[in-house]
Amino acid sequence: MSRLSSGGLVDRTRPLAFSFDGRRYGGFAGDTLASALLAADVRLVGRSFKYHRPRGIVGCGTEEPNALVELRSGARREPNARATTVELYDGLDARAQNAWPSVSFDVMAINGLFSPFFGAAFYYKTFMWPKAAWEKLYEPAIRRAAGLGRVADAPDPDAYDKAHAFCDLLVIGSGPAGLAAALTAGRAGLRVILAEEDFRFGGRLLSEAAPLDDAAPVAWVERTLAELASLPNVRPMPRTAIFGVYDGGTYGALERVADHLPIPGAHAPRQRLWKIVATRAILAAGAIDRPIVFGGNDRPGVMLAQAVESWVGRYAVAPAKALAVFTSADAAWETAFAAHDAGQQIAAVIDARAAVAPALLEAAKRRGLRTVLGGEVRSTAGKTLSSIEVFANGRSERLAVDGLAMSGGFSPNVHLTCHHGGRPQWNDAIAAFVPGAAPPGMVVAGAAAGTYGRSACFAEGAAAAAAIAADFGRTAPAFDAPRGVDAATGLSAFWHVEASKGMAFIDFQNDVAAKDVKLAVKEGFTSVEHLKRYTTLGMATDQGKLANVPGLAVLAKASGRTIAETGTTLFRPPWSPVSIGALAGHHRGRDFRPLRLTPSHVWAEEAGAVFVEAGPWLRAAWFPAPGETDWRVAVEREVKATRTAVGLIDVSTFGKIDLQGPDVGRLLDRLYVNTFSTLAPGRVRYGVMCREDGFVMDDGTTARLADDRWVMTTTTANAAKVAQHLEFCLQVLWSDLDVQAVSVTEQWAQISISGPRARDTLAGVVDDPAGIAAEALPYMGAVETTVMDGVKARIFRLSFAGELGYEIAVPADRGEALARALMAAGAAFGITPYGLEALAVMRIEKGHVSGPELNGQTTAADLGFGRMVSQKKDSIGRVMATRPGLVDPARPGFVGFRPLDRTQRLAAGAHLLARGAAATTDADLGWISSATWSPTLGHAVGLGFIAGGAARIGEVVRAWDGLRGTDVEVEVCAPCFYDPDGGRLRG
Amino acid sequence: MRYSLLNVVVNGLTGNRFTGPAWRDAAPKPAYDVVIVGGGGHGLATAYYLAKEHGIRNVAVLEKSWIGSGNAGRNTTIFRSNYLLPGNQPFYEWSVKLWEGLEQELNYNVMASQRGIVNLIHSDAQRDAYARRGNAMRLSGADAHLLDRDAVRRMMPFLDFDNARFPIKGGLWQPRAGTARHDAVVWGYARAADALGVDIVQNCEVVGFTRGPDGSVTGVETTRGTIAAEKVALAVAGSTSRVAKSLGIRLPIESHVLQAFVSEAVKPLVPGVVTFGAGHFYISQSDKGGLVFGGDLDGYNSYAQRGNLAVVEDVCEGGMAVMPLIGRVKLLRQWAGLCDMSMDGSPIVDVGPLAGLYLNTGWNYGGFKATPASGWCFAHTIARDEAHPLTAAMRLDRFRSGRVIDEKGVGAQPNLH
Amino acid sequence: MRIVCPYCGARDAHEFAYLGDAAPTRPDPSAADAVDAFHDYVHLRDNPAGPLDELWYHAAGCRRWLVVTRDTRTHAITATVLAATAEASS
Repeated sequence: MSRLSSGGLVDRTRPLAFSFDGRRYGGFAGDTLASALLAADVRLVGRSFKYHRPRGIVGCGTEEPNALVELRSGARREPNARATTVELYDGLDARAQNAWPSVSFDVMAINGLFSPFFGAAFYYKTFMWPKAAWEKLYEPAIRRAAGLGRVADAPDPDAYDKAHAFCDLLVIGSGPAGLAAALTAGRAGLRVILAEEDFRFGGRLLSEAAPLDDAAPVAWVERTLAELASLPNVRPMPRTAIFGVYDGGTYGALERVADHLPIPGAHAPRQRLWKIVATRAILAAGAIDRPIVFGGNDRPGVMLAQAVESWVGRYAVAPAKALAVFTSADAAWETAFAAHDAGQQIAAVIDARAAVAPALLEAAKRRGLRTVLGGEVRSTAGKTLSSIEVFANGRSERLAVDGLAMSGGFSPNVHLTCHHGGRPQWNDAIAAFVPGAAPPGMVVAGAAAGTYGRSACFAEGAAAAAAIAADFGRTAPAFDAPRGVDAATGLSAFWHVEASKGMAFIDFQNDVAAKDVKLAVKEGFTSVEHLKRYTTLGMATDQGKLANVPGLAVLAKASGRTIAETGTTLFRPPWSPVSIGALAGHHRGRDFRPLRLTPSHVWAEEAGAVFVEAGPWLRAAWFPAPGETDWRVAVEREVKATRTAVGLIDVSTFGKIDLQGPDVGRLLDRLYVNTFSTLAPGRVRYGVMCREDGFVMDDGTTARLADDRWVMTTTTANAAKVAQHLEFCLQVLWSDLDVQAVSVTEQWAQISISGPRARDTLAGVVDDPAGIAAEALPYMGAVETTVMDGVKARIFRLSFAGELGYEIAVPADRGEALARALMAAGAAFGITPYGLEALAVMRIEKGHVSGPELNGQTTAADLGFGRMVSQKKDSIGRVMATRPGLVDPARPGFVGFRPLDRTQRLAAGAHLLARGAAATTDADLGWISSATWSPTLGHAVGLGFIAGGAARIGEVVRAWDGLRGTDVEVEVCAPCFYDPDGGRLRG
Repeated sequence: MRYSLLNVVVNGLTGNRFTGPAWRDAAPKPAYDVVIVGGGGHGLATAYYLAKEHGIRNVAVLEKSWIGSGNAGRNTTIFRSNYLLPGNQPFYEWSVKLWEGLEQELNYNVMASQRGIVNLIHSDAQRDAYARRGNAMRLSGADAHLLDRDAVRRMMPFLDFDNARFPIKGGLWQPRAGTARHDAVVWGYARAADALGVDIVQNCEVVGFTRGPDGSVTGVETTRGTIAAEKVALAVAGSTSRVAKSLGIRLPIESHVLQAFVSEAVKPLVPGVVTFGAGHFYISQSDKGGLVFGGDLDGYNSYAQRGNLAVVEDVCEGGMAVMPLIGRVKLLRQWAGLCDMSMDGSPIVDVGPLAGLYLNTGWNYGGFKATPASGWCFAHTIARDEAHPLTAAMRLDRFRSGRVIDEKGVGAQPNLH
Repeated sequence: MRIVCPYCGARDAHEFAYLGDAAPTRPDPSAADAVDAFHDYVHLRDNPAGPLDELWYHAAGCRRWLVVTRDTRTHAITATVLAATAEASS
């Protein structure tokens, strides 16, 4: 056990049990999986992506590239969880990934033997022969070897929540700068959100040894949190990572609500996606330690000095028996001192710099620590680290150590500043990229801005908040910074031990080494983006948090440029990976999209309807009678009943738009190709509406109820589009027209009854039967009246099915009652409910165009409506419809089809070919858009489009369906198979 | 220098002694026969085919930053030929045929992998529409199959068949569709074109044009000097309008942002490309294991190459609707491209609209799959001053004549395509 | 992205439907060159990388059409007016 006997923030009164790779271990509340594994001396936690080299824990937070584990199992199995950010809970079960049969003996490690050949981008130069082998052999093998963890084996059982929050100031990060900012702004009365991705607030203060106000820094943190909690205008959000900055001051954040529990509590989400709209933001996200590139720097036991500080200070874990430090930064010396003082044996502090501050040497001497100046580590040995080779003063020496803390300086966490395209700027003094232009409203404070040293961080955070408070017209009280001694922050850039032996790694997960960067330069990939894509440096799950800057440094040197000249890639969201489930939230499964039900849905269910999704709606497809198992039988029955007696269907889903005003007629004349201003009150007319480019957009029937009151219908699918179009015309094109329009699709239920007994049925429901007599309400008439004892109603005499028919509109909340009333009134006549299937059969029999024909690619002329287009007035699309391509007689025109052999079937989607023509694109004459078996006629009928259109009526062509293997001769006919003169409509 | 296993082995053993720049980082000459503006996939492919098929080698490709930095480096790597309209489908089918032989053609492993595409079907109307499309595909010589629900389930049992808001009813399958490594396509064409003598000039932004007395285009003004050219060809996708502005040309193009996403690498799950039919979502899995997915445009004009959170949510909702077992897979990276959305959703490949100028734009969000055929046909257009038969319908004047190629039937509103 | 609707206040962009450039003006359909003019109106766009006046429709709100001045490089919105009044004053 490597747990230190005292210290740390873990709660030793709450021991927890967990297992890793099948073995059981113990930890404490406050541990992460990583700290508990280290405390249990588990060094080997995974294998690298390409070479399958043994990997250990390198970092202590989001930046961790190696310790990716599979967490939980079954439906909750989560791949690629970073052990350094997994909060330990009792019963936690984790497994190493990407290794078989085990992490200690991984068969794929054989890749390492081939590492000279598996350099950067080797796969682009080979795997090409023989030609078929790439797909049949090489690629499947590569795919099986690739990937890291495994996806769960069942749908995610947890719920994910989404929420919005609004604030004046969003503080991102709760280290010294963040806490000072939150306190300052909170005391000034601003609405503040303090977001911290860790499960405890405090940032590096939780790990540092140097006291604040003569006590452990955590004490000041706790006091500060208590004050923040007491301020009603401050909202601390722990376990919440701000992952993206979007437009309009919108921040995406992920809250890990229940990841620290075995499973979420009842009715609780696993995670919550927050959309935070903040007027201002302070990025106080700190900085991450940087690896040094040297031979064997990937061996388990080599870790960031910052991580060592956390293992010792926060988790009370000694990460090694004997730990060496290799650095060019003062901070790592301070870490060595703190670790030594806590009980970690320090074998040596090796600094690449020839000279360091005397105070550091003094402090080392006082502790009896060996120091080596001007030294470098050239190689390491051991399956997990057992020794290092140190070169200094002209000689090499082997040091037996099982831990090596490295630090080449710090990289400020500038990532969020790049999300709007801001470019980080190279700062030579601290050998780091610092923020360039930040997104609007955001400022950066503390280490994230390149400001190191605690008191400077406190001051910067407080000052940033005070300035923001002033912008809001508030005065912030002066920030009372705690007293403490700042750690030394001197550093020199040191990137790469050129004389390394063995591979010197830059990207630990993707196995990108210095030699790969040099190869990339040799092959001309010298821009940072090319380097990244060619070597895959920075494209692993850690998104290059450790690899990017050292990689750039090696690239700069290899291509003879400074780092500033070389530039950097931009960081894009997310700062840290976000689960897809959280981004989807509740919108999954049956809740993916809202379900819209027609007003008579309950009645339809009772009547045994089989429903089908029609866009967002659930509509009855057919109503099987008791004992009917074949849907075709039911549909045939519904069609026959409608054509011989009376049928009923709920058509409420059509768009309905209420139009009022003296200029409605004028407006409709401009919207429809045909004329409406001449429509008399009490009449309804079919209209075709085009887009400005001359193609048909929608059709519908519009009724004039009074001089200045009209109601328009649209197709179900285009209801919203037409309403938007109408408003565009009224507000943008012709704001001089005196028209008010409002969508009333949801406000009115509409039921259609069709058939010879329709009038008789309706008479049983209307309060004034005389008002619907044949002369009183002729075909295409409209009347406002009442039904069911006083319920307001509008009755339109028309029928899409092509029989004597009526559409009755009542307020939506009476729709179900209307359906029941009509069913009762029609019972004596054998009224039959029918659904979308029967409706489709009947409208195809009649040749009425619908969705498949109104597909946005057809003109009024194509559809046979050419003569409807009035030339006496302008309407939208009229001019563009005269373009040669739209009036070309060779265009596919709307016709009907009958199979020559009347027993054969037709299917929509078949294309049309001439007899004897080869099946090629050039021979393609058109297609069948709608087809059905007609029970009325006893054979299949189709509608569609053929080059030349009606001019071909009488010809025989083929309906060719290569997909389904049929080739049927058909005769081209007029697109109406039933009652072409419309006598039944006018009955 | 030819790439091969032997090459890899020899270099591996000698510390990469026998390798060198994949292409010359050329300095621009004062004049060329052809200047291609835009060093993305299309520009580089065009240069390659000009040299290879037409023997025109005095060519420069001018790229304002590093080659492949535009949409070529940002797409979701899919190629397919499952288009509906005769103006489009034969072109894309030719492109798939070129994909099939590209590695051998370029001596570069672009990792073209034909693991198929399935367009999921969720309603009868959708099946009918896909049947029309599938038959159009077959007429063009492409492969297409209509799958029923059970067949889709056998292929991809992890899709949601039991709890879906819009149940899967089948799919349209094109087995020969697939994915290719987008960066490799850029580098492969660059290396091959360079080997044939084409100059690839990076960090060279075109800021204007030189004109003759008759108004013809006679060259370009760049950040690295003025370059004369007999023929200037534009292949700059979403930047076409701003590049063409100085010529006084307005185009039927709007530039829009399209976001795309990749997850952390996971063990193989998704065998090919899958598209959701009841929402905007499509997905495939790269050879490294990341799930590569995307959805709809953000919907507003943008040159920012970044989008907003609502689309990220929308896309992930689609993902969970299709395959709810990916809830715990994490989105690793998001990025965005600059899409040249055209007024009918189909590309524009043409001579003109000025003498000496050649236009290749309007690829919307579908330019990657077209890379080989676009290069092939555009090279023909430039070399012969006439449309190639496969792009004959893609001329600029089709908007004037009304012979538009509108696959979706949504008309002259780019953000709907 | 947030749009300040004159009636509804600051709302997220996804409440709106986007049409495009607000500059094109519907030509006179009776003019001799109407087909050409309509072709330009329907199809040709400046498509600037910079400030653009665009038409947005508050579909999930007050159903007003707005003219929004927005920079297509940064998405920063500098002005929003009702389209109807913009028309009246132009």
